[in-house]
Amino acid sequence: MSDLAVSLPAGTDSIGFEASGPRGPKPRHVFSRRNIFLYGTLIVVALYYLLPLYVMVVTSLKGMPEIRLGNIFSPPLEITFEPWVKAWSSACTGLNCDGLSRGFWNSVRITVPSVILSIAIASVNGYALANWRFKGADTFFVILIVGAFIPYQVMIYPIVIILREIGLYGSLSGLVIVHSIFGMPILTLLFRNYFSSMPDELFRAARVDGAGFWGIYFRIMLPMSLPIFVVAIILQVTGIWNDFLFGVVYTRPDTYPMTVQLNNIVNSVQGVKEYNVNMAATILTGLVPLVVYFVSGKLFVRGIAAGAVKG
Amino acid sequence: MSKSERPNQLFRNLNAKVASIPMVLTALVIFVGGSAWTVLYSFTNSKLLPRLNFVGLDQYYRLWSTPRWLVSIENLLVYGVLSLVFSLVIGFILAALLDQKIRFEDTFRTIFLYPFALSFIVTGLVWQWLLNPEFGIQGVVRGLGWESFSFDPLYNSEIVIYGILIAALWQGTGLIMCLMLAGLRGIDEDIWKAARVDGIPTLKTYLFIIIPMMRPVFITALVIIAAGIVKVYDLVVAQTSGGPGIASEVPAKYVYDYMFFAQNLGQGFAASTMMLLSVVVVIVPWAYLEFGGKKHV
Amino acid sequence: MTRLENASVSIQDLSLNFGAISVLETLNIDVAEGEFIVLLGPSGCGKSTLLNCIAGLLDVSDGRIFIKGKNVTWEEPKNRGIGMVFQSYALYPQMTVEKNLSFGLRVAGIAKDEIAKRIARAAEILQIEPLLQRKPSALSGGQRQRVAIGRALVRDVDVFLFDEPLSNLDAKLRAELRVEIKLLHSKLQNTMIYVTHDQIEAMTLADRIAVMKGGVIQQLDAPQTIYNRPVNRFVAGFLGSPAMNFLDGRLEKNDGNWHFVAEDVRIPLATYAFEKEPVPGAAVFGIRPEHVAFNSGSGWPFTATANVVVVEPMGSDTLVWLKLGNQNFTVRVTSERTPNNADTVSIGFDPMRASLFDAATGARL
Repeated sequence: MSDLAVSLPAGTDSIGFEASGPRGPKPRHVFSRRNIFLYGTLIVVALYYLLPLYVMVVTSLKGMPEIRLGNIFSPPLEITFEPWVKAWSSACTGLNCDGLSRGFWNSVRITVPSVILSIAIASVNGYALANWRFKGADTFFVILIVGAFIPYQVMIYPIVIILREIGLYGSLSGLVIVHSIFGMPILTLLFRNYFSSMPDELFRAARVDGAGFWGIYFRIMLPMSLPIFVVAIILQVTGIWNDFLFGVVYTRPDTYPMTVQLNNIVNSVQGVKEYNVNMAATILTGLVPLVVYFVSGKLFVRGIAAGAVKG
Repeated sequence: MSKSERPNQLFRNLNAKVASIPMVLTALVIFVGGSAWTVLYSFTNSKLLPRLNFVGLDQYYRLWSTPRWLVSIENLLVYGVLSLVFSLVIGFILAALLDQKIRFEDTFRTIFLYPFALSFIVTGLVWQWLLNPEFGIQGVVRGLGWESFSFDPLYNSEIVIYGILIAALWQGTGLIMCLMLAGLRGIDEDIWKAARVDGIPTLKTYLFIIIPMMRPVFITALVIIAAGIVKVYDLVVAQTSGGPGIASEVPAKYVYDYMFFAQNLGQGFAASTMMLLSVVVVIVPWAYLEFGGKKHV
Repeated sequence: MTRLENASVSIQDLSLNFGAISVLETLNIDVAEGEFIVLLGPSGCGKSTLLNCIAGLLDVSDGRIFIKGKNVTWEEPKNRGIGMVFQSYALYPQMTVEKNLSFGLRVAGIAKDEIAKRIARAAEILQIEPLLQRKPSALSGGQRQRVAIGRALVRDVDVFLFDEPLSNLDAKLRAELRVEIKLLHSKLQNTMIYVTHDQIEAMTLADRIAVMKGGVIQQLDAPQTIYNRPVNRFVAGFLGSPAMNFLDGRLEKNDGNWHFVAEDVRIPLATYAFEKEPVPGAAVFGIRPEHVAFNSGSGWPFTATANVVVVEPMGSDTLVWLKLGNQNFTVRVTSERTPNNADTVSIGFDPMRASLFDAATGARL
């Protein structure tokens, strides 16, 4: 083995190698062509994505004379909150003039029970599908998932008839039921997959300990699955708050949710358009899902990823 | 002393069955029953109220000779093809850019995705304002001195559907980007190393190795975008209300208007049945490829 | 100490930091032409990191890397004259085996007949000719790893880098492929640098082993030297299964002779070759279980009696766990001589085969 090399301690002179030449880290320029291209593209695209939000905010803080004269991108010369106040409390929809506040509270009254009901149904259902399979369960589940792809337009009228028959057409409770129905496929899938991924031993141990269907659900599964409930809540709050179609079909003008109210304020007013009020109203309507989005961060991404991977 | 009897099959696992009642009702009554009901009544001449007075394919003949429906279909095709292509391309490029181990990745991702949290109504209204010819982008550019500049998609029936497309892409590409990014992150690091050792340029690595490996992600994205395209409704209502004239009508709006305004239920049912058909055309081959094909391998 | 003039791979003063964390510290290795070097160490010791630095997949913080006398410190991986085999194979899943092998060559714009020639040669060497038209998903783990080796082979390079290539395989296949890699090396006579945490792979494959810990090479030597004369307690404990016996005690000089003393155990060190002049103080005495004789009379420089605690029959031989004084001690014996639990037995060994370490620094004495 004498012809083999022996490692040298640091600092010993090396023979047979040029003393100069590349050494240490490869030089990296912060402003390399790659970085300029990469960050340049990203920043330009980011600006494009932020532009509408910026224009919305800026417009909503201007007075109408300034809007008529100026440029939609220029910041307001004189900040006014008048449009916000008007949008909230006295903008007209053509039917009434009490602003978005009515729609806001309607949306709250729709969203809260819908979220609770849809998640309660879907989580128990997903749990039954994951841990208590019975004959035929999978068939119904497949129908449910495939049904998620059917355009709503195909089913809205039959639901109108059903709701009319049970006396809930036009009421908030009717809309809550509709949201629970259409939230079911994705939420059931979400919960079924989550419960399926839990170790089966846990479930078996609980059964050996004598816990039944509801005992295991409430005492074992529920406490262990808070993250997925948060994901489901995020998914449902934004989804239901942003709904327009069901709101406009299944409620009456006095129970319209915020999105419908907003559209009516902006699009059905005769005469002079108050763009600043419109933009203030638009921001107000977008505020709830935006807050949910920015607060929930990664969980939102997880929610839409889960929601996206249907089937 | 009770004799131990074999329990009734129906009551085995009773709690699970009770818990599944909403699912069973939804699947059978709403999804299967509702769709079948609509298809059935599309063969009647129902007007204000649904009536079982069959007229064969009359509603469909009328549907396909109504200019508004034809415009809707044309719009849907243009909008559909373009939004598919652009969503996939832009979504993938953004994801690939974010996957370069960059700084502030979370910030960029948050910015690209926030429009997805918004309602289509909000998106439609803000783009209606941005594309306002008098005050919006066109007005600003003209104010800068370029007097002949013209960009008013929402008031030009030739290009109005592109105005809607811009808004839809603004809202939807973030989601596709997120899916693509998750797909890219799922690719084994060693693949990248192997490609580098083999001396394969980055672009070629993406085109010939990474994208083919991401086939499932692309299919998922495709299905999501396609399902969204057929349903497009709120955005058009908010941004243009179908105008100018009928230039930006879409099938979903056609259905709604005939059911609830024109009080011509039969037309609405026929139109919605066509929508159902188009989804079946997309979904069935996909389901066959994804689930049916595997059994034969 | 001389530096190898015609080293195939030469690493000089290589350091790598991630921020404040130092991953590799001033490493120096010279690898001779055609040599098989194994980088061995526990996970997180920096061995894979070092390999990635040699491959050019990681930028170094300081130092230089030469391959074939050429300074490649700033070179792209493809220009370094290396081929690499990965733990997860990293085969391109949508391409057939043949396309996997040829992809890099096609991108490099090599002529078609040359590509075909190289693939034919690699396929013959690795005996994967029947698999060429298959997709990676239709291959077994062993076949995939062969294809991965083939991808390095067709590149016609001087240096092969292996990043734990056998870790994803089951034990039987691992043993088979180990032999194949050894055969491949003797056939090709290429320089190979091989990362593993498996000491058997290291012992069987290597011309020299570099044992690494905490980003530092502890010992770089031929396998037998590392096994028999470990430079420190870490190396001694890392190699060998069952592990070397370590007794805590003191070095003492009585009547001009050095002894190792642990309570009532006194080991004479007359036959032990000290690295340097010993001094009295705390020390660790290490001896491998197979270097201890069992119930074999009194012809040894050191003999003692001990109580059997546990007996583990392993088939070919048996591991006997003892209490020597109050310290644990294992002995490997042939199966026929297996004692019973709670027996009292006699053991003996020659301290010539033992290793003594400084209790504080762990360095060999």
